[in-house]
Amino acid sequence: MDVLGGLFLDHTLRTVALGSATLGIVSGALGAFAVLRRQALLGDAMSHAALPGVALAFLITGSRTPLVLMIGAAIAGWLAAVAIVSVVRASRIKTDTAMALTLSVFFGAGLVVLTFIQRQPAAGKAGLDRFLFGQAAAMLESDVMTMAAVGALGLVGLVALWKEFKLLSFDPDFAATLGMPTRRLDILLTSLLVIAIVVGLKTVGVVLMSAMVVAPGAAARQWTNRLGVMVTLSALFGAAAGVLGALLSTTAETSTGPTIVLVATGLVAVSLLFAPARGLVWARMRAWRSRRMLALEAVMADLASLAAQHGSNATHPHDIGALNAVRGRAVVERALIELAADGLARQHDTGGWSLTPRGLAEADRLARLRRAPSDHL
Amino acid sequence: MRTSLRTGRAFAIQATDVTLAYQQQPVLWDVDLEVPQGVLMAIVGPNGAGKTTLLRTVLGLLQPAAGEVLVFGKPYADQRQRLAYVPQRGSVDWDFPTTALDIVTMGTYGGLGWMRRPGASERARAAAALAQVGMESYADRQISQLSGGQQQRVFLARALVQNADVYLMDEPFQGVDATTERAIVELLRALRADGKTVVAVHHDLQTVPEYFDEVTLLNVRRIAGGPVNRVFTEENLRLTYGGRVASIGGRTLGNELEATL
Repeated sequence: MDVLGGLFLDHTLRTVALGSATLGIVSGALGAFAVLRRQALLGDAMSHAALPGVALAFLITGSRTPLVLMIGAAIAGWLAAVAIVSVVRASRIKTDTAMALTLSVFFGAGLVVLTFIQRQPAAGKAGLDRFLFGQAAAMLESDVMTMAAVGALGLVGLVALWKEFKLLSFDPDFAATLGMPTRRLDILLTSLLVIAIVVGLKTVGVVLMSAMVVAPGAAARQWTNRLGVMVTLSALFGAAAGVLGALLSTTAETSTGPTIVLVATGLVAVSLLFAPARGLVWARMRAWRSRRMLALEAVMADLASLAAQHGSNATHPHDIGALNAVRGRAVVERALIELAADGLARQHDTGGWSLTPRGLAEADRLARLRRAPSDHL
Repeated sequence: MRTSLRTGRAFAIQATDVTLAYQQQPVLWDVDLEVPQGVLMAIVGPNGAGKTTLLRTVLGLLQPAAGEVLVFGKPYADQRQRLAYVPQRGSVDWDFPTTALDIVTMGTYGGLGWMRRPGASERARAAAALAQVGMESYADRQISQLSGGQQQRVFLARALVQNADVYLMDEPFQGVDATTERAIVELLRALRADGKTVVAVHHDLQTVPEYFDEVTLLNVRRIAGGPVNRVFTEENLRLTYGGRVASIGGRTLGNELEATL
């Protein structure tokens, strides 16, 4: 209640909420494409690689203006992507190794420059270490304005080239045969991923920023089979995780990056478990239900064939010992109890079982259904 | 424009002296490919013979180290709209969040300019192409829920919507059931009746004489090419597949087929 009230009254909290919503929308929407293009690790490498860019930008310009630091971060992230591609092209080193190498070299260099800056007496140094794990509480209105402007640029690019990016992500060869400049589109879409990363860097931090790029998209994918819906949902999930995590971290005074990422991962977990159609919980339940139905059907079929052997008296009671031996006692007993509850089978005074007339009809219907050829290819 | 001496018609595709290598290993060596207009041509050869590479080179997806590809007598770049490509089904991620109709609509993107979205007329054309392959009732189906044969038909519909003159298909019959195979063959014949040209990488040697007019036998080099009844001989197959050709029941079979028996 306190936080909610504060959201409208407290200027700092409002700024934090607005800023983290912005970063969530931008990284969620653009990150959805990274998920589809299997670039999650590239995103991680680029966000770690942004650190030396931030530090050097400060060192060279002496400015802490958000835009200057973001440009530094973007250039470094971009160079990292170029480094990965070049290493893979020029050597026998595979992509995963190239990414790990680039990530650690850039990140290490960033830490070195950062410690160098921190030893300087200059007053302006304070705050750069926040880029490691992020801090939402320190967010200023100028930060939010810059994030919104840079993020809007990324979103406009995504919307403008929607069909090109869609085709590039699904089938780049086909895109090339249509005459699309796939190489340039690829570079452009990767650049948009850089934008998604640098927008959130100061709030979430370089170490965990890739989770904000990947988690909303991974969660959104579970709920829909439409690209447009997925990207929109991903933006909303990103915003929700951003706002919730930032406010939590501000009031509980924890690092913002880890808190936001925990919320985002929570969304992924819920989506994986409970999303309709894809949710693991529903899948388990469907599997369990169909196993139970098949057991019922099997026991009905067994009783029906016993009845058929008896000819004249179809509802004559049968000993179920034989059934138990074939299908397992527990399965048969549970099935019989359920069949009896549905009025499809009954136990006679002798202890033997038979199908009721309705059960016989049902068994006959099912048998015919199973024999019918399925109509799909 | 050069014309075929044999048929008197223009060549839809004429590739001369195409050579292409990965690292130092040649994949295509001095390959000529001449596809007369209005025929169904199969490209056959063992695994690693460069069949897919040849298709991709004709499509401009790969740059040959040497050689030239002409489409209706002109370089590929000027004739892009006259070619349609049906890639191998396995080349894309079928879990991509989209529908069958949407995939087919992608075939119209080439005719749309930058930033223009497909509208009602593009979707109508896509729906018509889906109907042409008998898939109209699956338009809104998520693509991962389609069977292999249905996915192949969606890819064919995407090429049909391009309304090209030449269709280049990479193993259109791979992993499809008999019903779909018959449907695809019907479709190829309908295309031929419309004066279109089809070049398909094909694996089942047994059906080559039944489905195709022309055949190119490829194993890094072009071994032979021309009308099926003239060049699809046991001798040429042996040259293409090495010694690994077996005669079973009086029919000549390649190693791929042998492996499946």
